[in-house]
Amino acid sequence: MSPLNIKKSASSHSAYELRDPNAPVIETHTLAVIVENEPGVLARVIGLFTARGYNIDSLTVAEVDHSSHRSRITVVTTGTPEVIVQIKAQLARMVPVYEVHDLTVEGPSVQRELALMKVAGRGEARIEALRLAEIFRAHVVDSTLESFVFEMTGTPEKIDSFAELMRPLGLREMARTGVAALSRGL
Amino acid sequence: MTRQMTGARMVVQALKDQGVEVVFGYPGGAVLPIYDEIFQQNDIRHILVRHEQGAIHMAEGYARSTGKVGVALVTSGPGATNAVTGLTDALLDSIPIVVLSGQVPTFMIGTDAFQEADTIGITRPCTKHNWLVKDTDKLAETIHQAFHVASHGRPGPVLIDIPKDVQFATGTYMEPATARVSHYQPRMKGDPEAIAAMVEMMETAERPVFYTGGGVINSGLKASALLREFVAATGFPITSTLMGLGAYPASGKNWLGMLGMHGLYEANLAMHGCDLMINIGARFDDRITGRIPDFSPKSKKVHVDIDPSSINKVIRVDVGIVGDIAHVLEEALALWKSRGSKVNKDGLAKWWKQIAEWQAVKCLGYKGSAKVIKPQYALERLEALTKGMDRYITTEVGQHQMWAAQYLGFEDPNRWMTSGGLGTMGYGLPASIGVQVAHPDSLVINVAGEASWLMNMQEMGTAMQFRAPVKQFILNNERLGMVRQWQELLHGQRYSQSWSESLPDFVKLAEAFGCKGIQVTDPADLDDAIMEMIRYDGPFIFDCRVEKHENCFPMIPSGKPHNEMLLGDADTQGVIGAKGAVLV
Repeated sequence: MSPLNIKKSASSHSAYELRDPNAPVIETHTLAVIVENEPGVLARVIGLFTARGYNIDSLTVAEVDHSSHRSRITVVTTGTPEVIVQIKAQLARMVPVYEVHDLTVEGPSVQRELALMKVAGRGEARIEALRLAEIFRAHVVDSTLESFVFEMTGTPEKIDSFAELMRPLGLREMARTGVAALSRGL
Repeated sequence: MTRQMTGARMVVQALKDQGVEVVFGYPGGAVLPIYDEIFQQNDIRHILVRHEQGAIHMAEGYARSTGKVGVALVTSGPGATNAVTGLTDALLDSIPIVVLSGQVPTFMIGTDAFQEADTIGITRPCTKHNWLVKDTDKLAETIHQAFHVASHGRPGPVLIDIPKDVQFATGTYMEPATARVSHYQPRMKGDPEAIAAMVEMMETAERPVFYTGGGVINSGLKASALLREFVAATGFPITSTLMGLGAYPASGKNWLGMLGMHGLYEANLAMHGCDLMINIGARFDDRITGRIPDFSPKSKKVHVDIDPSSINKVIRVDVGIVGDIAHVLEEALALWKSRGSKVNKDGLAKWWKQIAEWQAVKCLGYKGSAKVIKPQYALERLEALTKGMDRYITTEVGQHQMWAAQYLGFEDPNRWMTSGGLGTMGYGLPASIGVQVAHPDSLVINVAGEASWLMNMQEMGTAMQFRAPVKQFILNNERLGMVRQWQELLHGQRYSQSWSESLPDFVKLAEAFGCKGIQVTDPADLDDAIMEMIRYDGPFIFDCRVEKHENCFPMIPSGKPHNEMLLGDADTQGVIGAKGAVLV
């Protein structure tokens, strides 16, 4: 999926069900993988996905507990239910992996992504971009007479929608962090 | 107590503390400090190989025949890259080995230094885990962790990359007992509910079959003993994969023989027709399943495996039990007994009657000859003349490997070393040396094809130097037999590059290495020659000239289900469709 396109398989943007009812069910899952923060651990996890032909839609990683050297890898992946189960089992058996959580099935979760978008324009387009940014609660973090850089946080879908609107108004460049996710409640 | 020592000394100390008795290796610039330490001690024996691939296969043979962890030591760059095939082999067959590789000094990493390779990057996908040690203080702990990881859970190869400056520097040694291994603790005990579900299914099944694999052997001698007890108590038939041969004795009453692509007719039809399949430590490999939608379509399936990712990977099962096989079998057996040791006697009697009909087909029959040595005949004679001896068998890869699996009988686990998952030609000769080093007084025979054998024949030098009296039983058909067979069956008999030309004179080759060789072409001479090989005190190369165009049967062609086996040459016309051809 290109970051500026709406997902082809998603039906939420259409009045009709777009998926082939006979095609294997492809699900999107968000996995939180708690790993030992050792050198090469990210390469190991990514290598597993490429070697076994799994998809990575989005990936973020950072150390979350400095004292115990734990990093959290949040990976959004797609596949049939069987493949998703297999991905989790393959991740869980890796030596530096402590825990694998499937946030998609373990109850409700919060998912957020941060995006920076550079929109160039003058006159009405520029005003329209600013107006839409307000509606989407995007902040202006840089401005010149000919451009804005918007910062917005939200679900990947919200960022997709905003990007779609900005495109005709002069979207030049975009940077996205990928999804960070936590389960709701305790 | 803290002990200060150099990294190089630490390596040797850690190996000693792990109970290592032998290391297979080859020196080079980046491991010189470790070799200097090896020179100054006598507790660990070093076997100097002729090529690093040989070192890894020797460590595999050592590990597989003893149940211990095998250890190899190689230098940086080419030393490490030469180890890659062996590491991959050990990964696919779940063999516990620890490979130590030298690396250029830490301050030179990334500069394309002499004999530098990104060993960690290269070996990441072909090891269970690997480590680059940049700090001498962490070296001992890492080695202890490596042994833990290699031998716990599903066993596998691990690699430790040790830069040369880390070997020279001084640090604090850590004992095995204090090393931090807590976070890698695979589940050993199976889920009691799942075990109960399995036992219930066993009580009522009409047509059950045990389908066992290399995991039983990896679990240890106790697992094999429990398996034998369970089979005897239930009266269920049992078949095994290539990797699992010996866990249940070939002379056992309930033994159906090996299953799979070149497995026995009765074993494969039992798999196809069963109503309960109990998979213990096997992984539904594609050589076993054939066409997935047609794989044992009417059975309930139970899968016991220590690796959770093996369950439901290829075949969906009704009951998955994650745990160590000995633990699971022990609990299942106890539960089954406590519930009254019930089986469906009527169902079983009918099932065995059906199996007897399949066995009557005598699928291993072949057309004998008084003029040329049939490879099957050579193995039948080898079996007859070595049966009952303290015998270990290794193989190379190809037709001879399948024939060995079919015609040799294995009574005990850890007696059969073969490259199953990766299918590594060149495995058998070094593996036989590794086995012989572990069992110096036993008879170790490598059943080989001439093409595979040539791939690592330099290791005859190792066998000579360390007085490993390995017997190289080469079924020489001057062909890449299995490739030739496939070309006959599905590439219109166009035998592209599948013959062995310019072969060496194996007898002279043996003499050149300083050992003994023999060539046999007449079936009448076979027995005497085999006895000469067994009696010879030293390595021996047996050039057994066999029928050149013999095909290996039974065979399930690629893309076909189990009940569409080929039993002989008459069945082979046009059997593999275009789809099957793609599957190899």
